[in-house]
This record gives sequence, structure tokens and C-alpha cells, in this order.
Amino acid sequence: MPSSKPPIVSVQNLTKSFAGGFTALNDVSLDIEEGEILALLGPNGAGKTTLISTICGITLPSSGRITVGGHDTIDDFRAARDLIGLVPQEINLEPFEKVINTVRFSRGLFGKPADDAFLDTLLRQLSLLDKRDSAIRTLSGGMKRRVLIAKALSHEPRVLFLDEPTAGVDVELRKDMWNVVADLKRQGVTIILTTHYIEEAEAIADRIAVINKGQILLVEEKDRLMSRMGRKALRIELAEPVAEVPTALAEYGLAVENDGATLVYHYDTQAESTGITRLLSALREAGLHLRDLQTSQSSLEEIFVGLVSDKSGAAA
Amino acid sequence: MNLRAIKAIYRFEMARFFRTLLQSFISPVISTSLYFVVFGAAIGSRIDQVEGISYGAFIVPGLIMLSVMTQATSNASLGIYFPKFIGTIYELLSAPVTFLEITVGYVGAAATKALFIGVVILATSMLFVDLPIAHPLAMLAFLVLTCLSFALLGFIIGIWAGNFEQLQIIPLLVITPLVFLGGSFYSISMLPPVWQAITLFNPVVYLISGFRWAFFGQADVPVAISLGAIGLFTLACLAVIWWIFRTGWRIRQ
Repeated sequence: MPSSKPPIVSVQNLTKSFAGGFTALNDVSLDIEEGEILALLGPNGAGKTTLISTICGITLPSSGRITVGGHDTIDDFRAARDLIGLVPQEINLEPFEKVINTVRFSRGLFGKPADDAFLDTLLRQLSLLDKRDSAIRTLSGGMKRRVLIAKALSHEPRVLFLDEPTAGVDVELRKDMWNVVADLKRQGVTIILTTHYIEEAEAIADRIAVINKGQILLVEEKDRLMSRMGRKALRIELAEPVAEVPTALAEYGLAVENDGATLVYHYDTQAESTGITRLLSALREAGLHLRDLQTSQSSLEEIFVGLVSDKSGAAA
Repeated sequence: MNLRAIKAIYRFEMARFFRTLLQSFISPVISTSLYFVVFGAAIGSRIDQVEGISYGAFIVPGLIMLSVMTQATSNASLGIYFPKFIGTIYELLSAPVTFLEITVGYVGAAATKALFIGVVILATSMLFVDLPIAHPLAMLAFLVLTCLSFALLGFIIGIWAGNFEQLQIIPLLVITPLVFLGGSFYSISMLPPVWQAITLFNPVVYLISGFRWAFFGQADVPVAISLGAIGLFTLACLAVIWWIFRTGWRIRQ
């Protein structure tokens, strides 16, 4: 997403080492554009939560610089944090408090004047209005996660960090939650999310950042990433099953599926030649009759797994 | 200064107190009444007067101090420890607030709760004994300063504590013995000279003595020294908290 505007969040050469010597983030640089949805993907322990925590001020950086809205998160932390809302991974809530009180508390903590009308609208948007005066301990896990989102949005942030917002949430609630995220994007809120449900990131994100072992492996527009790294598969259904791939077709690396009724050909859309035309001619010359053809694109998840395992292999 | 944040923390903490208001109110009334039954009626009836004051009245300042110190410490320590324990501390750390504002909010609320309990005990005591207050403003000043300084101590304990056992160990093993041995229920002039000298190393002696002076106009140690002691204690707690702000000790990694 090329933009002439300065990034809303800028992370420059960020390193975070903990007291025990473990380096969670190693020279990380990342610019996040205003109004985009950035999905931060990485395996467990990759450094996603540490990166978010350091931007939000929960963890102090060992070196490097972070700005939010142009404000340094250390020297001008009030202005920087004013802009940020954070939904943590763990459900951290005071169990005996009422929903409305905990949301009021969050708004006050960020220095905003009391505004129950706004908070009621927010609770309605998150389907929490009927739980307004309920004690948090009486809510379900999904509802509690919504309360966390309400707290994060209570001070009207311009940047929202969602750390695994749909973990442990049922399908219906997950859908609702992504609708809320889409609404926020329409309102111009920048969203940075981590999720294990990569198909959700694929559906909603503008850009993808992949982090592993404390280093950013890539940051790229989702569509460009998909077309650059995504491989396609051509499934060829045969009129008559074959016992094995004819030797004349060996160079195409075909896989056999469905007891010989389907041949699968993988190809790269970015390559100079996909080889499809030649393959179809070769099939005809081999005397094979076709019943149907299908193509499919590899998913973001497959790309992600490939990326992380490639780099792990390279590093090993 | 983010005054709204201070107010939010203060109100949130006070809400916890109001949720258990009946318990907060009844508990000091019952324990004060018990002290009067045991020390006032049972034992006190055999002690005529201490320094010209009826024994029942004499123990009131010590009783108030005992509760105020333990309540201020435990309220403030639990106030900041609880968010650490349940993980809601993330919100304080990611909000546009300074540590000073966080401290003012938590310590202010803990001191208010302790002050409330101190006033309840004072009012209950007045039902049992005639209680003159020779220097009402000084009494109030000693009470407020004690609430604040011990709430500051509690705040430090809450940040330091890694579990609930550590949270209770200082109030239980340090503050309660110091208050009991600090002349709550006797005048230190009643002790043999050696113990009188040893007792002067107990900082609580100065607080109780000063507080008692505010009621009866007489003290074990000069009032100026009492005020100096509580001022010094408050400054020491503030210095430790300032250091915690600077380093993020036990709070921010």
C-alpha cells in the first residue's frame, strides 16, 4: 500500500532482549500505514506479542525507536499512547466489576471525559449493551473478549492492536468480530492483528507481515504476496483412470489422485511459461482423454508455512 | 498531569470498597468493641489510670493507629498487586499515565479507606469512653499523614510481592508487632529503662505518641520528633517509589 503520508506507526531497528539474555526481537523495522489492516503472522514464540507490547509501552525496548502518529513512544509517550488501543491475548479483566464500570475506567485512564452515550453506542456495536450492568465473571469467554475490545475502543484510538482476538471464540462470534473490525477500518482506524486463523487474515488484511525468531521475514501487500508466492494447481480429470503416469509425461512432475482418475500439475503463475499448453498437447499425444479441468490457488496458510519452514531451514 | 486518570483509578478502587461497605463498616466496629470489652472492662477495670487518663480512653489512639496502619498498608498493597495478579496491569502500563499518577490514584484510595475506618473506630470509641480531643487539627493531621505514609508503604509492598503470602507477610510480621510493642496499650514510661531505650528504635512509638498527644496533650516523646519521624517515613517511601518509577522494577520489563 504505497502512500505519501507518513506511517502512523514506525518501528526502527527495534531490539528487545530480556534479563535472561533471550532476544525476542532482533533489529525489527516496520512501517504501518494509516487506515490499513496489517496482519502480523508468525509461529508461537516468534515475537508478535513482544512487538505489540513494546509499541504499546508495556515492555521497554532494548534499542531502536518507535513512533506512533509521529510521537516517540518513550520521549512523548502520552501523545503516542493516546492514539493506541490494545486488545491483549489473555482475557485480563476484573471479575467482580460491572461491564460499564470497567469500560468507564479505561476511558478515564486515557484522560477522556466521561461520555456514557458514546460508551453505550460502543457496547451496542459489540452486542454487549444488554450486559452493560452485568458482573464480568458472569459473562462467557466470547463476551469477555468483546469487553476487552470495548475497553480498547473506549478512548476512540486511531490505532488498534488485536492480539489473537478470536482465540477461543466460536464461529458466530468470530464473524461478528471481523464485522466490527471491518467497521473500524471504514472509520479510518488502523488495525494491527495477530491471529492463528490465517484464512481470516487472508480475508481481511491489506498487508501481511511475517515474523519468526524475532525477525521480520517480509512485509507485503496481501494480493501481491499471494500472486508472487502463491502456486496454482491444475487438476486434470481423466475419462479413464491410469495405473501410473506415462513416462512421456515424467518431466511435468504430475501427482496422481483418486486412484488414477485425476492428475495434478503444479505451476508458477509468475514464471515465463506455465507449461500448460505443452502439457495438454503431451496428454493428447499420450492418448489420454480429458473429462474436466480445474485450477486452484494455494492459500495464505500454505505460503506462510512454506515461508516459515524455508527460513527455519535456512537458519538451521 | 492526567487528572482524569487519577480520578478513574481512585473511583475504581473506591468502588471495590463500597461493594463491601457493610463489611468495611462492621468489621472495625466489632473489633473495637471487643478491644473495649477485653482491655477496657476486663483488664482496664484493674488499671486505674495511665498518666492521669482512664485506661479505656488511653488505648483509643493506639487502637485507631493499629487499624489505620494495617488497613492502609493492606488496601494499597492489594490495590496494585491485584492488577498484577489478574493481568489487568497491562492497561495501566499502556495508558498515557505516569507512575506518579498511578501512585496518587491507588495510594489516595487506600488512604481514604483507612481514614474512613479510623473515623469509624473513633466514633465507636466515643460510645464507650469519654474522649477529649485536645488538638483536633493535629489529631486529623497525624491521622491523615499516617494513612498516607502507610498506604505508600503498602503500595511498595504490592509492587514487590510475587504472591499473596508475600503480600501479607509485612503487615502480619512487621507492622502488627511494631504497633503492639509501640505503646498502643501502655505508656512506654511504664517499661523498665532498658526496654524504654530499646522501644525508642520502634518508629511506630513516635506515631502513637504524637497521636496520643493530639488527644490528651501529653506524649512519650516530644511532638516535634513525632512529626519529624512520620515526615521522614513518608519521604523514605516516596524515595523508594520514585526509584521504582525510574527503573520500572517489578512492573515493566
